[in-house]
Amino acid sequence: MSPRMVPAAADRAGRTDRPLSITVDGAPVSGIEGQSIAGVLLGAGRLSWRRGPSGPRGVFCGIGACFDCLVTVNGEPDVRACRRAAVDGDTVLTQERA
Amino acid sequence: MTGVVVIGAGPAGLAAAEQALRAGAEVTVLDEAEEPGGQYHRMLPRAYAARHPERLQTGWRAFDRRQRRVREHPRCTFTARTRVWALEPRADRAPLVHVLRGAADSAGGRAVLEPEALVLATGAHDRVLPFPGWDLPGVFTAGAAQALAKGERVLVGDRVVVCGTGPFLLPVAASLLEAGGRVLTVLEANPAATLLRGWTARGRELLPQAGKAAELAGYAACLLRHRTPYRTGRAVVAARGEGRVEEVVIARLRPDWSPVPGTERVLPADAVCAGHGFSPRLELPVAAGCALDRGEFVLVDAEQRTSSPCVYAAGEITGIAGAPAAAAEGAVAGWVAGGGDPAAITRLLRRRDRGRAFAARLARAHPIGSGWPDWLRPETVLCRCEGTDYRTLCRALEDPARDAARAVRLGTRAGLGPCQGRICDPTVAELTARRGGEVSMAHNRPIAQPIRLADLAGPPEKERNS
Repeated sequence: MSPRMVPAAADRAGRTDRPLSITVDGAPVSGIEGQSIAGVLLGAGRLSWRRGPSGPRGVFCGIGACFDCLVTVNGEPDVRACRRAAVDGDTVLTQERA
Repeated sequence: MTGVVVIGAGPAGLAAAEQALRAGAEVTVLDEAEEPGGQYHRMLPRAYAARHPERLQTGWRAFDRRQRRVREHPRCTFTARTRVWALEPRADRAPLVHVLRGAADSAGGRAVLEPEALVLATGAHDRVLPFPGWDLPGVFTAGAAQALAKGERVLVGDRVVVCGTGPFLLPVAASLLEAGGRVLTVLEANPAATLLRGWTARGRELLPQAGKAAELAGYAACLLRHRTPYRTGRAVVAARGEGRVEEVVIARLRPDWSPVPGTERVLPADAVCAGHGFSPRLELPVAAGCALDRGEFVLVDAEQRTSSPCVYAAGEITGIAGAPAAAAEGAVAGWVAGGGDPAAITRLLRRRDRGRAFAARLARAHPIGSGWPDWLRPETVLCRCEGTDYRTLCRALEDPARDAARAVRLGTRAGLGPCQGRICDPTVAELTARRGGEVSMAHNRPIAQPIRLADLAGPPEKERNS
């Protein structure tokens, strides 16, 4: 199994999802408003999106300390995907190395 | 009126802000996140429009009351999405606070604050000991898994193993279970005897922490309900898979955490959440010139003053003790920083002292065993950013010409990547100390957050007094 989003209908927190869509390396990926870019990617079932020196990398620390999840957002390189809120229409490019 | 800047809006920072306001100060609270709460009270994004956010929180009502009181106070400015990238010490005054506002790691929005008193409440992040395969996608820090489940409603996997040491593993497992995940097992590396010795010594001291015990009992009940076993003296000693975690190797440990040969067992799993305690976030205290206690935590006096003029510290940066203790420290720090008379807060001081006793107990019950490097292999990655492996570090440490910590760093590149040693420093320091080498826990990161050169070159947007 892959990472996934808790379905809104089953969520005890009682969410109201408003969908958004970003492109990742040109492919559309949908998420919901309020999610981080890392959350959108994980919610879409992706565990990794950056190439580190010893292999693929995705989220590790989840709070901005490890810099494993860096991506380029709308032309800005080295953005921590776990810290940046996704905005509808964002263009995300994965990175080889930081 | 004193202008107090509080950095961090977790339990410590919010309590500091509340008390500084009570003392009559003008308060500015800075936090990186969109909402206050820090990691402990991580809130769902506002855009989720959740009808029952309290269902995901411990102690929500008290927290919500406090955050409203602070944010709605006429003398308080709460500034979300603000990163402090540098502190600039000044003689006999609080340091200047250099901030970047706006979306994380974005360009622009530079400003400088000039506080009369500064409260540092920057918290901690998970410490994770390396093991073979810990750099595979699917291995998360325990805190990351909880932050995603609680703060975004994203589940990191469906067959999850939670491992490491400390009571924090329980709420992490509970968050995953609550979100509908399957937690195969929770593994505490310390044996039951160590836990018992640590937690029961001078049991009366624990009475005031009864709330904490009830919270833990709630998590234990949650594990039971889901038939998730909690096992002591065991650890994940390797994660394996093609490009992602597919299985883990679990072993029984001796009290010093060295694996007992022959006890290895392979378990299919799609995620590992590991946490071996916490690393305090010390770059801002170090930048402010605060002396450290044994190089580990910020040294504070009886009123949470650091060695740096007009700088106070509270929460996990002064010792790992959890949210109630952090809030108690924050309350003292905020009151004193705001110009309040310490004689007027004996109750807060007592609560803070109990928090410190709890920290000592936590450290005794959940030490890191000295035998954990036995699970490393020569090719095990130690520095995730630079890919430095165990073999490379050992070679560097054997070379007499590389005795200095700085030379080891430059020779192996461990700690020189984007995270600047935030993740691997404790590991490298421990392995270095073991071989009798010179140890340097850097924490010296004058640029505490990434800033783009163009922003650095230009003047700040505005100068403002706080």
